[in-house]
Amino acid sequence: MTAPAHTLDCRGKACPLPVIELGRHVGDVEVGQLIAVAATDPAARVDVPAWARMRGQEYVGEETADDGVPLYVVRRLS
Amino acid sequence: MTNGAAERPQHGYSYLDAASSEPLHPAARDVLLAALEQGYADPRRLHGPARNARLLLDNAREVVAQSLGVRRDEVTFTPSGTHAVHLGLLGLAEARRRIGRVVVHSAVEHQSVHHAAQWWGEPSVVGVDHLGRVDLASFAAAAGQDGVAVAALQSANHEVGTDQPVDDLGLPDDVPLFVDACASMGRDPLPQRWSALAGSAHKWGGPAGVGVLLVWKGTRWRSPFPGDDRIDERTTGFENVAGALAAAAALQAVVAERAEVNARQRELIDLVRARVAHIPDVDVVGDPDDRLPHLVTFSCLYVDGEALVTGLDRLGLGVASGSACTASTLEPSHVLAAMGALTHGNVRLALTRDTTRAEVERLLDALPEVVAKIRAEAGL
Repeated sequence: MTAPAHTLDCRGKACPLPVIELGRHVGDVEVGQLIAVAATDPAARVDVPAWARMRGQEYVGEETADDGVPLYVVRRLS
Repeated sequence: MTNGAAERPQHGYSYLDAASSEPLHPAARDVLLAALEQGYADPRRLHGPARNARLLLDNAREVVAQSLGVRRDEVTFTPSGTHAVHLGLLGLAEARRRIGRVVVHSAVEHQSVHHAAQWWGEPSVVGVDHLGRVDLASFAAAAGQDGVAVAALQSANHEVGTDQPVDDLGLPDDVPLFVDACASMGRDPLPQRWSALAGSAHKWGGPAGVGVLLVWKGTRWRSPFPGDDRIDERTTGFENVAGALAAAAALQAVVAERAEVNARQRELIDLVRARVAHIPDVDVVGDPDDRLPHLVTFSCLYVDGEALVTGLDRLGLGVASGSACTASTLEPSHVLAAMGALTHGNVRLALTRDTTRAEVERLLDALPEVVAKIRAEAGL
């Protein structure tokens, strides 16, 4: 996978803050580019894909940051 | 049948969390008080007061059996629905301990099933679709593995209301089926097939502290816990005679009125599903048609579930939530997660038997503004 154009650091932030950050910043990348959220919140694993489905974006998958924290990667489609 | 908000103890408050606990049915109240007076003695003893207690307990068993269309000797009263789940699921498993330790169950079972399976053996968890319905082919494949002691599937989901295809399951002939019917008992007829089945009285308007365990006549069942020397070989401890009789009275009343109540609740839930879908970025979850009559769940994007529940509570509207921030564990609902539904900003609305259209409309009128306000505070 190509590196995300932008990564949001949501370590330590509780739900729904990681998804709120994603909603705020998805416009920071160009259409077709990737944006990632690094989140320790267990709800993000379900809620980032659900956000992508509801907002018409593409959930690409989960990766792991260097510190072991999950990275949820999304492609901006619109 | 009463239908008036004026009778509510907390004037102006709409309690919309019947799936957590239904208020005591009026038919149970008088029975409970009378039975507390009459049913205090130990039903195993031979004196007059004991015979009274025994009579009340036998009567409760008879009424529950008739209401559910099962045999009297298939009915056991337990101290809770959870205990009925533990005894039912694990009693079937324990009888097949030599065959294996695998407990097959759906991903959306109540926590009591998940915990019991983990405690006793090796869970084999079967996934669900986006409506929360178990995948029949996967369930059959899991149940066909070697070493399966028992399979478990709920009658309907307690969080999202989706009915499960219990009667369509393809199970090997020797694998017993446990059905958790706590969410549906009284409201809908039981599935046709089960080896053991559990219900919970406070979910249908009986008192708390009464569960119902059914074990199909002739099914191999062995207590997974230490035994006792009570009237019923399947449960332990002093019988809650008054509670059992009140639970039976409530069940009988609920079954008698369910055609009317279910139709009314179904229409109100349809209204909620249609109206809530108009709020921007809301995920209405669960099966719209094949579902429990009285409940609906939806999730609001960018909304904190705790803020939503407390915001509605301030307006006199009591609802439940499956969002992580409202749970003691801080984990999101395993049901919503298994369905791939949004877990934050979640509301579960469950109507009581006398919830009015006006109360539902009050919630629907209040909801868009409460949601918009929380979103605005979050900067969205």
